[in-house]
Amino acid sequence: MGNILNQIGIENYIFLSVLLFCIGVFGVLYRRNAIIVFMSIEIMLNAVNLLFVAFSTYHQDSEGQVFVFFSMAVAAAEVAVGLAILVSIYRNLGSIEIDKLKNLKG
Amino acid sequence: MEKNLALILLISPFIGFLFNIFFGKKVSKGLSGAIGTMTVIVSFLLSIFFFAQVNQNGKGIEVSLFEWIQVSNFKLDFGILLDQLSILWLLFVTGIGSLIHLYSISYMHDDENIHKFFAYLNLFIFFMITLVVGNNLLVMFIGWEGVGLCSYLLIGFWYKNQPYNDAAKKAFIMNRIGDLGFLVGTFIIAYVFSTLNYTEIQPLIIDGKTNSSLLGVAALSLFIGACGKSAQLPLYTWLPDAMAGPTPVSALIHAATMVTAGIFMITRMNFLFDITPEVQNLIAIIGAVTSLVAASIGLLQNDIKKVLAYSTVSQLGLMFLALGLGAYNVAVFHVITHAFFKACLFLGSGSVIHALHGEQDMRNMGGLRKYMPITFWTMMISTLAISGIFPFAGFWSKDEILMVAFEHNTALWVVASIASIMTAFYMFRLMYLTFFKEFRGTETQKNHLHESPSLITIPLVILAILAAIGGAINLPGSMWLNHYLEPILVGKHEVHILGTQEYMLMGIALAGAIIAIAWAYSKYIKQNFVPKVDSEIEDFSKIIYNKYYVDEFYTFLLIKPINALSNFFRTTLEPALGKVVFSFGTIVNGISNQGRKLQTGSIGLYLFAFVLGLCAIISYLFIAR
Repeated sequence: MGNILNQIGIENYIFLSVLLFCIGVFGVLYRRNAIIVFMSIEIMLNAVNLLFVAFSTYHQDSEGQVFVFFSMAVAAAEVAVGLAILVSIYRNLGSIEIDKLKNLKG
Repeated sequence: MEKNLALILLISPFIGFLFNIFFGKKVSKGLSGAIGTMTVIVSFLLSIFFFAQVNQNGKGIEVSLFEWIQVSNFKLDFGILLDQLSILWLLFVTGIGSLIHLYSISYMHDDENIHKFFAYLNLFIFFMITLVVGNNLLVMFIGWEGVGLCSYLLIGFWYKNQPYNDAAKKAFIMNRIGDLGFLVGTFIIAYVFSTLNYTEIQPLIIDGKTNSSLLGVAALSLFIGACGKSAQLPLYTWLPDAMAGPTPVSALIHAATMVTAGIFMITRMNFLFDITPEVQNLIAIIGAVTSLVAASIGLLQNDIKKVLAYSTVSQLGLMFLALGLGAYNVAVFHVITHAFFKACLFLGSGSVIHALHGEQDMRNMGGLRKYMPITFWTMMISTLAISGIFPFAGFWSKDEILMVAFEHNTALWVVASIASIMTAFYMFRLMYLTFFKEFRGTETQKNHLHESPSLITIPLVILAILAAIGGAINLPGSMWLNHYLEPILVGKHEVHILGTQEYMLMGIALAGAIIAIAWAYSKYIKQNFVPKVDSEIEDFSKIIYNKYYVDEFYTFLLIKPINALSNFFRTTLEPALGKVVFSFGTIVNGISNQGRKLQTGSIGLYLFAFVLGLCAIISYLFIAR
């Protein structure tokens, strides 16, 4: 059976995922532009999706792939809402620097 | 057919109420009064119809209107029971009710809220009919509460006067105490028998298989209810205050009909009271004591309506005495004659008050005989009747009560006799002060003295005739009433063979009354004595004049402690509790004040914390493995 994992080992997928995830995390932590932060979150999400699919294939179980479809659909919706919020923030503040969003200070 | 007629009998005054409350203001005063009166007369005519039928057939009519409550084995219909007892009550409630409605058209003519007055009166008649015709205790309770409500509304009819409102509230609250007793009694009976229908309870009780101690509590509770409604010791103080209402109200509600509801209820449940002799004894004693206490207070009152009010309490006491001795038919007899002469007396006093433009103090009356002959003569007849002078109605009924008392217990007879002798004294005191000698009021009042219009005098005359001949329904020879009530009072025959003893008792009662009248005559006519102004009354008279300070005693015993307690709660306990509750708030507030410092609003920091947390969880999971 032409399993792609026979050509590239599962550990490579894991390394890639972890790498992508860490890139996402550092992006979120260091960048101040809201859109970049947002993109970083998407990278983290996709890292997880990748891992999901990889393990799904590894275990010969299609459930993981189904889940990824769901998570992608939800992510699409989330992006739409998130971008709408960002547009609205930009209209109100003239900027999307997250350091300036301090209205929620207790 | 019967069902529909019975329904009309019940609903007719209610229609009058609806008309007067919704359209009364738009139509003329005369029409409002006329509709109010007509609806009651319809009920009266139907009562006569049913009376004829029941009197002929000798058995009651029971119609069930609808199924009311059904819970497991407890079933209750909303039904009407027209038997000898309820029809008797219907006759004089609607009969006297019609006369008093007629009287009110003239008496209340100057009042701007006359439509409201008639609405309330009609509502009262409706509830009174409900009370009387219901076939079970719960329907009676609807009427019982309803008449209490109407009594409240009518005592406080002139609501702009604060003392009148207070009197109304007093009546309502004191009745509430009694009503609770009534409810408790009803619940116990429902619990024991799983039914509240009179006709179903009666055979069960006569079987004698039930727990009689529980029934004793039920009987006692019902009697407390009767005490509240019928103004017996210790719940009587509301009735004299209830005289704040317009005089027709006093005549209708607080003399002739509503206050007899307690007697009706006890007569209705006579089979229950028969198996609880302890409660019966209590009823007899309370009745006798009430009649004596109230009569003695009546001796020195100067407000014409207050005298009549205490006289009502006293007469009700005599009726309870008869009930307690098991002589239900005698009590019913006295209820009826009392309704005639007391309604007449109240309406007569109303006529006097009307002529004097609201003056109620007898010290400012006098000599009215010349100006108001019809009022004088009708009141005189009723006074003779209430004093127990032969051959007026009161003589026969009161005499029977005294005879029954003598047969059972001489002490009770002595008490009741003294009470009725006092009655003769204060009633003639009232007559002498009001109608004899010279007028003691102001000149302007004197110039306006006049006999009342015919709408007022006609009911007076009718009632006076009834007060004169009403005793005929139960003369010792014929005893029509006793035979009539036989189906209700199974197995109870108060047979009086008129022997020497009975004649002697009659003679003593009559002689006592005449001596009392003569004494009143010598004091108020011969010596021309006029009661002193309030501040000069001294010694024992002062105690009596102030009604034995019972109200003050209740204030001291109940109202003051309750006020003190609520004051304590308000000033001490509530702030203390408040502090405890508030301290929770303060603590939470303090914690949150610290906590809110975490909320810096910097998204970067949040994200950092988020990632840190994530790392912590992941590393925990790895280490835990």
